[in-house]
Parts: sequence; C-alpha cells; structure tokens
Amino acid sequence: MDVVKEVLAKHQKELEKYKPITVDKHLECRLDVGTLLITDPNDFDDRELRDNREEYLTALTRDNTQLLLNAIWELPTERVDESIVAKLPEPTTVLPRLRKVPGPRPLTKWEQFAKEKGITKKKRDKKTYDDTLDKWVPTYGFKHAEAEKSKDWVLEVPQNADPNTDMFQKKIDLRNEKVAKNEIQRMKNIVRARKVDMPRSGYLGPEAASSSQLLTAVTVAKSSTASVGKFQNKLPKEKEARGLGVKELIPGGKRKASHITNNEREANLDLIKSVLHKKPKLNVDKAISMQKEEDRLAREAEGAPARKAKPKGKGSRKAVGKKPKGNHGQRAPGKKAQAGRKRR
Amino acid sequence: MKRLSDERAKILFEKLNKYIGTNVTQLIDRPDGTYCFRELRDRVYYVSERILKLSECFSGKQLVSVGTCFGKFSKTNKLKFHITALYYLAPYAQHKVWVKPSFEQQYLYGNNVPKSGLARITENAAQYQGVVVYSMSDLPLGFGVLARSTTDCKTADPLTAVCYHQSDLGEYIRAEDTLF
Repeated sequence: MDVVKEVLAKHQKELEKYKPITVDKHLECRLDVGTLLITDPNDFDDRELRDNREEYLTALTRDNTQLLLNAIWELPTERVDESIVAKLPEPTTVLPRLRKVPGPRPLTKWEQFAKEKGITKKKRDKKTYDDTLDKWVPTYGFKHAEAEKSKDWVLEVPQNADPNTDMFQKKIDLRNEKVAKNEIQRMKNIVRARKVDMPRSGYLGPEAASSSQLLTAVTVAKSSTASVGKFQNKLPKEKEARGLGVKELIPGGKRKASHITNNEREANLDLIKSVLHKKPKLNVDKAISMQKEEDRLAREAEGAPARKAKPKGKGSRKAVGKKPKGNHGQRAPGKKAQAGRKRR
Repeated sequence: MKRLSDERAKILFEKLNKYIGTNVTQLIDRPDGTYCFRELRDRVYYVSERILKLSECFSGKQLVSVGTCFGKFSKTNKLKFHITALYYLAPYAQHKVWVKPSFEQQYLYGNNVPKSGLARITENAAQYQGVVVYSMSDLPLGFGVLARSTTDCKTADPLTAVCYHQSDLGEYIRAEDTLF
C-alpha cells in the first residue's frame, strides 16, 4: 500500500505543479484566434494590483494565455512531420493602416492654372491635312518630325539677322531649349508635390534674375568683404535687400540687439542730424510761393503806412459813395451825351 | 522686437521731419528717460527703456503692441503713420491747421479739408507740408499734408482741398483691428 500511497502523493504533487486548464472569468474574453489575440474586458483587482503586482499580472496573463490555447486546441489539428499543426481561421480583428491613405496626386502648376481659368484639353486629330505637302501628316509622334523636315527644306533668314546664321541650327537650338525648360518645370512640379524645400538657386544672371534677386545678390556681394562691407561705398539710391532669408546669406549680418545699447542714442541723433541738414532740393513752386508771400508782405508794409502819411491835397480825388454801375441809368436817346472833353 | 535698420530709421526720421521738423531730436534726446524706436512685424513702436525691458520677456509672436505704435512700413518700404502717433506729433508740430466746428465731423469721417472748412492756418507753410489738424478748441483731430501753400490757400476756391487727410481720430474706431 505504501507504493500506492507514494504514487498518489507524487501524482498529487505533480497536479499541484500544474494549474488547471479551466479558467473562470467574470466576463467572457474576446478571442480572435486568427491573429492569436485575446482581449480581457474584466477589471483589475485593485488590492491585488497594489499589494503584489508582479505575481498578480503574471497569473492573469497565464490564465488568459490558457484560454487562448484552449481555443486553439479546439481547432481541427493535423500531424505534419511529427508535429501537431492547427489551421487558424481568418482573423476577425481589423488592424489599423500603417500609413495614411494616399490622397489624389497634386496638380502640376499648369493643371492648377488650367483649372482656375477653366481651360479644358482639346482633343486633336491624330492626323492633319498639310496643304504644302498635299497629304495627311501625323499631328505628333511617329513620322511627324520627318514630315516637318520635308516641309521646311528651306528657311528664310530674317531681314535684320546676320545673313550667315544657320537657321536650321537655330531651330534645333530653340527646340532643345524648350525641352530643357520643360524638364526643369517637370522637376519643379515634383518638388512642389513632395513639399520639400528647394535649394536656393543663387545668382541667375542679369537676364533671368528678378529685381529682388538682383538686389539680394548686390547686398550679399557687398557684405562679402573682410570687414563685412562696412567700408563699402553706397551707390546713389541704393536699396538694401529685405525679406525672408536675406539675413542668412549675409555673413556677419546678425540681428541687432533689441535692448538699448550705449551707442544707439548717439547713432540715432547722428542720423537725425544728417536728415535735418540734408541739402534741400530747389523747389521752384515753393520758391515762387515764398516770393509771392514776401512781395505781398512788402506791399502791405509799404502800402498801408504810405497811404496814411500822404497828405490829402487839393488834387487828390477820392471816390466817394458807391461805385457807379452800368445798366442802372436812364437813357435819353434824343439827347446827345457829352462824352469826354471837347477836342479842337 | 528689433532695432530699425539704418535704411528704415532714415525713412522714419525723414517722415517725422515732415511733421515736426527739428523737434525730431526731442523724441530721442529726452530728459525724462531713454526712448527708442523698435520694429515688430513691420510696425514701428516708440518705447521707453523701462517698457522695453519688460517686453523682452515675450517673444515676437506673443507681443501685440509695445509702447506707442507710430506707423507701419509697407511692402515697398514706405512708412505710413497711424493715428496713434498723434500723441507725439501734436505737441511738436510746427505747422498746424484749424478746422471750423461745422467741418469737424466731416474731417473725422476721413474727408480732406476744403477751403470752406478751414478756419486758421499757420503762416509760411509750403505745399505738401505735413500738418496737424486741430479743432477750434485746440484739440488735435488728426494729421495730413497741405494741398496748397498758405499763400495759395488765401486765393483758393472754397471747394478746393486745402489739406489732404492722412489720419484722424475716427480711425480708432474704423481701423481698430489694424491700428496697433
């Protein structure tokens, strides 16, 4: 009997080592065997979680894993190469997308412009009738260039151009330029679509650069001396470049301190002095008006006392009363008016 | 907040010179403390040192206004004075224009001053001279430029504009959102 007891005790011991495969849950766990996922909606036991956190969590995880394994064992199994394999069903959980949904392709600059202006693409015929060649010629693509070539077998040299210019070469150059321009525009469209910053293009030459770019180039060039352009003369009517990113291009052109520095007051006063002592331009209108004013004052100063000082002599006749006005007298047509003194 | 660049400072002083002449120095050279001009978002502010120090706790984005806003630089780098500058322009103004009480309201609605609305004018003011406009009770109403010199005013028609309107007190209401 000892042996039996021993065996039973051993069995009991082994049973204690393994926990039961049945798990009790207050609320049923949601299972998605397809993705090997189990979600436990039950609340945590607060006291357990506070007192022995690690043990409690480990036990909970074990229980839930047991539930998942139970579910897996319920699936039909088969034996492949000494190992038992279960076929998982289709997953039911919907996983969120890794990347955002791609939006519509951003419009190119031309497409945007065409949309704003309401320009729609016109369908062109594949072949057009050419009057000079007297046959149907492809509008574009295969054999279009050939037809063009046979049409332009001679080219006119314009009156004002150099007679030795190769007009054919010129035409080719023009076309190559167009292709290059189109390529640049394509690149720009890509850059715009990806929303990345393009590197600054720098000085583009006198033909291509805009006035603000030229201004920036001048400002940067002037400040690129050892003394950061401090001793560089200013041109008459020269403007300084302003705007975004100009400061970064100018070496040493740091932002001035905001707080009041010692020399600021003096610098301001110097500036005011230079403004106040600027030689005024000769303003003709102003000069005339000032002269007029002076004349008027002189006249008044001269006129008023002179009249007072002048003695009223016998000969001085002064108009007394109302000034006579026309259209008020009575006409006497029969009587001849005596006009003026009698001349002899 | 930053200091005005030399170019902009010059534009500012030239503009001030049009209204207050040599009194510009008195804005900088003050006995009661240090004052300076600062620029924020293309606006020019006249700030005392004390206020400036306090304002440095805030970044440019957080600041709405500091001290007195004098005006705003346009995109083409021209300075336009706001009515808020009147507080400093009026006491120093060298040329003044007084409007008749009947025309006060019209002026405050943003109209030019015609000869008929003109009550008094300082002597020897040239054409396009910056002037401060006063009511007959010596209350500064705004500022503008003379359309005609003082002498020409005397011979002008009653309906011709004598002083072009630039700014008036009504702007405190009309341009409330862009003033400071």
